[in-house]
Amino acid sequence: MNFGLSDEQEMIVSTVRSFVENEIYPHEDLVERTGEVPSDLAQEIKRKTLDLGFYACNFPEEVGGAGLNHLDFALVERELGRGSMALTHFFGRPQNILMACEGEQREKYLLPAVRGERMDALAMTEPEAGSDVRGMRCTAVRDGGDWVVNGTKHFISGADHADFFIVFIATGVDETPKGPKKRITAFLVDRGHPGFEVRDGYQSVSHRGYKNCVLEFTDCRLPDAQVLGEVDGGFDVMNTWLYATRITVATMSVGRARRCFDYALDYAAERKQFGQQIGKFQGVSFQIADMITEIDAADYLTLASAWRLDQGLDANREIASAKVYATEMLAHVTDATLQIFGGMGLMSDFPIERFWRDARVERIWDGTSEIQRHIISRSLLRPLGA
Amino acid sequence: MKVLVPVKRVIDYNVKVRVKADGSGVDLANVKMSMNPFDEIAVEEAIRLKEAGKADEVVAVSIGVKQAQETLRTALAMGADRAILVVAADDVHTDIEPLAVAKILKGVVDEEQPGLVLCGKQAIDNDMNATGQMLSALMGWSQATFASEVDIDGDSATVTREVDGGLQTIKVKMPAVVTVDLRLNEPRYASLPNIMKAKKKPLDEKTAADYGVDASPRLEIVKTTEPEARAAGIKVGSVDELVEKLKEAGVV
Ligand SMILES: Cc1cc2nc3c(=O)[nH]c(=O)nc-3n(C[C@H](O)[C@H](O)[C@H](O)COP(=O)(O)OP(=O)(O)OC[C@H]3O[C@@H](n4cnc5c(N)ncnc54)[C@H](O)[C@@H]3O)c2cc1C
Ligand SMILES: Cc1cc2nc3c(=O)[nH]c(=O)nc-3n(C[C@H](O)[C@H](O)[C@H](O)COP(=O)(O)OP(=O)(O)OC[C@H]3O[C@@H](n4cnc5c(N)ncnc54)[C@H](O)[C@@H]3O)c2cc1C
Repeated sequence: MNFGLSDEQEMIVSTVRSFVENEIYPHEDLVERTGEVPSDLAQEIKRKTLDLGFYACNFPEEVGGAGLNHLDFALVERELGRGSMALTHFFGRPQNILMACEGEQREKYLLPAVRGERMDALAMTEPEAGSDVRGMRCTAVRDGGDWVVNGTKHFISGADHADFFIVFIATGVDETPKGPKKRITAFLVDRGHPGFEVRDGYQSVSHRGYKNCVLEFTDCRLPDAQVLGEVDGGFDVMNTWLYATRITVATMSVGRARRCFDYALDYAAERKQFGQQIGKFQGVSFQIADMITEIDAADYLTLASAWRLDQGLDANREIASAKVYATEMLAHVTDATLQIFGGMGLMSDFPIERFWRDARVERIWDGTSEIQRHIISRSLLRPLGA
Repeated sequence: MKVLVPVKRVIDYNVKVRVKADGSGVDLANVKMSMNPFDEIAVEEAIRLKEAGKADEVVAVSIGVKQAQETLRTALAMGADRAILVVAADDVHTDIEPLAVAKILKGVVDEEQPGLVLCGKQAIDNDMNATGQMLSALMGWSQATFASEVDIDGDSATVTREVDGGLQTIKVKMPAVVTVDLRLNEPRYASLPNIMKAKKKPLDEKTAADYGVDASPRLEIVKTTEPEARAAGIKVGSVDELVEKLKEAGVV
């Protein structure tokens, strides 16, 4: 067993860290203040990432990516997690589900996404179907050789910048002993396609500038060529490609927690009350001890689950553990840091209040903490018949 | 032309330096180390010379502890072609003095025969600002220090130097030792493909003894102390008040 990073991994980490510190941090206040990323800034971040060969580094070399394995990619994501998501969005990492593209889809979606020419967004969630993905109401029905789609998706991240969308849609129902069960198909949908509209979403307290949108389908006609994977095979593509992306939330949480922790540590060592540094009071110093312990634990748990994927080992349970633990760790670390800062922690003069707000969504998206606990406990109890 | 770039592993410029309790130096245990920022500028300049077709090979060399290998990998990831590590100490706290470094570098230069040595003007750890100058003296080569612009033209180089009064432009004969200043260029990030390639690039390992140099220290460090804490400042409400305060302080 080896817990150290290789020379290459060290360099990947230090390059991405410097990139985030120099190209992302300086623009964060602007994004917070305006809730927008100016498009020339977005393009500049994208261009620099492309120049550095980091764009789509999660894709294999044969399609033009850098071919990073899960562990190395987790290191990249961890460093990116330090910076504003609205900005690091342009340090592009297209959904690796695009590897399911076949034939002409590769030229139209996969390769342009890897080259940074077209951006993607992924749409599963609906107003009536969040955790219960299969309960979706967005439906495609056969009409001639085409599919006709009606329904609504919401909370779709990055949709404002997306040129195309990977959308999960119900394409039928099976009657099973447990009741009706929907069949799901993944479709590729271009922005501007007739019958398909992208609308502004809600204002979120987390990640200002990283917007979510509503997608509306009204008698939207899609040919079979837009099906990603097999018809009714939506859950197969989801299971093949999507569960690895949950590591992203965990690794980004670890990176952000480390950035936040450095503020806590410095402040505890500098701020004086009652004639001494507050870090000398056990009420503060023990918080520091707990924080770093939890951060390290989450870090190792996350990297270990990425490593399992690279080894071809089953990792579903481990990824769920990493996701729930790292996001709850981040909630604690940001809250405890804010507490150490006292009143100043709440003020926008420091980024602490932002870390604290941003942390909130991590326990919700990509599967809530409850759903992760469900995955973990089912994987242990189902084999025992419970 | 071959360009030799000496790079030093130093405490990262972002790290808050702590003096060891016994005052014998700075605590380097578990501290982030990086390439000396001025050396990064030198590496960048060498790579640009290669990209401009004025150099055909960039060789990075580091003299120090074994861990300096990481620093060399960074130079390779930025675009250097190969690297030489000269191990001259075992303890990370040992700082090899400029004269010993210059003597070892002379050995490397004799072997490698570069047309140009590009080094940082100083290392940010001990701020000696001496190695490049000493190397040029040992070699009997021309030297151009504190470069903010370097223009190589066949067997001469025109170098703009940042001197106290402003900028000075000099022309030196090649081969030469040029030490670089902060404003010469902005070093690039290592690209991902270059990071992946760096491991496959050759890295030779030598020792100080290979060059017949005794690298043991000749200077005795008497004491290292924290800089004096700065007294808190005050805010002034107007220019008049500022002038008043400056007069009180006896500076105007
Ligand atoms: C800012 C933001 C961006 C998003 N981006 C995207 C995106 O790009 N694409 C996309 O498809 N989706 C996206 N989502 C949706 C996200 O994945 C869902 O919000 C999440 O899956 C939860 O669904 P829900 O909000 O409808 O909550 P619900 O599913 O309605 O859950 C409500 C509560 O009930 C709990 N609950 C539900 N079922 C169970 C159960 N079986 N056992 C115990 N507790 C349960 C939940 O844990 C939660 O606490 C985004 C969400 C947000 C907030
Ligand atoms: C929105 C807002 C409105 C306010 N309004 C008013 C107002 O109207 N009037 C007014 O006078 N004040 C006001 N305050 C100030 C408020 O009462 C202080 O913020 C609070 O007392 C904490 O002080 P501090 O922020 O300086 O934190 P600090 O005292 O610097 O504390 C920093 C951290 O150190 C911890 N700490 C400090 N000493 C110890 C110790 N001995 N042992 C263990 N831990 C310790 C604290 O618990 C905290 O976690 C306001 C603050 C806010 C945020």
